Amino acid sequence: MQRYTKPAVLLHWIIALLIIAAFALGLTMVDIPGLTPTKLKYFSWHKWLGVTVLGFACLRLLWRLTHPAPAYPFQMPRWQQSAAHGLHGLLYVLMFAIPVSGYIYTLSAGVPVVYLGLFPLPVFMAPNPELKPLLKLVHYWLNMTLLASFCLHVLAALKHQFIDRDDVFKRILP
Amino acid sequence: MTSRFTLITTIAGGLAALSVASATLAAPLKIDTSKSTVVAVFKQMNVPVDAKFKKFAAQIDFDTAKPEAAKASVDIDISSFDLGDPEYNKEVLKKEWFNAAQFPKATFVVSTIKPSAGAPAGTKYDVAGKLTIKGKSSDVQFPLTLKKEGGTQVFDGTLPIKRLTFNIGEGEWKDTSMVADEVAIKFHFVAAP
Repeated sequence: MQRYTKPAVLLHWIIALLIIAAFALGLTMVDIPGLTPTKLKYFSWHKWLGVTVLGFACLRLLWRLTHPAPAYPFQMPRWQQSAAHGLHGLLYVLMFAIPVSGYIYTLSAGVPVVYLGLFPLPVFMAPNPELKPLLKLVHYWLNMTLLASFCLHVLAALKHQFIDRDDVFKRILP
Repeated sequence: MTSRFTLITTIAGGLAALSVASATLAAPLKIDTSKSTVVAVFKQMNVPVDAKFKKFAAQIDFDTAKPEAAKASVDIDISSFDLGDPEYNKEVLKKEWFNAAQFPKATFVVSTIKPSAGAPAGTKYDVAGKLTIKGKSSDVQFPLTLKKEGGTQVFDGTLPIKRLTFNIGEGEWKDTSMVADEVAIKFHFVAAP
């Protein structure tokens, strides 16, 4: 069975780890009550992780557009192939939409991002207290959509590996 | 006829009284708080953050003809500090930060105002005064610019301070890598004619 190209595999796993870290940190930081140095640190790290995901996502999209994914096995039902394409498409959309929504959310709160504490990133929007609660909801629900999509993605991979035993999962293994 | 006459005399009398009042109280300027701002700018992990003090009162008695005679003071309501998040606003009023329960007001009192050397007359001044926050006082100096816009006078300036001088941020918050020691207090006062 044909495998994904090496850069595609590398990008997949780097982004996967970054997203898991950013997601876990996001849930942790919002549960810290009040105002503590740890909380502020986590917020900054969360934003840096998000921006890193966005950067890698751009590289990955460019790579994906120029290097087609390997074909699915011929015995895989059409509906499953379409479902897989749809889910991958959704994951790509979320990979961009989530960091962007978080970025706009923090701008609306009047807290721009200084990447790694060193590089101030563009502020293209004035603080907007009216829009802030809406952006928070958008960022939250995009993440819940990601969580659901991620679960399906992992379950599908496990199904291919242990039920179908069709080597689909092996295409992306390092 | 009589009633109209009474009305006119009343208005005339009122106007006369007003002009007398404004002549005797000519000195202190009326600060339009709706157009004026006091903002603290600080860096949190290198991220610049602006926070407004929404309530303050300024008494400015200033005449460009004799700036040395100027008197000015500003009272800032600490509990009106707005970081843009109600939860954080509550947090910074606590003991480690502003301790607003014990020190509800910050004050600035001008001691001297001198025209800046080299600047066109009536545009730039060097101000010295005493700033008190959280019960701690410190002498500060800063440049002030004055602009006339229409009939109003606009005072702009930035006071650079160090938050730890005033004990703002105690305990673990003394760490200046989290919140920088340097804070700029920017003010913009619009005085009605």
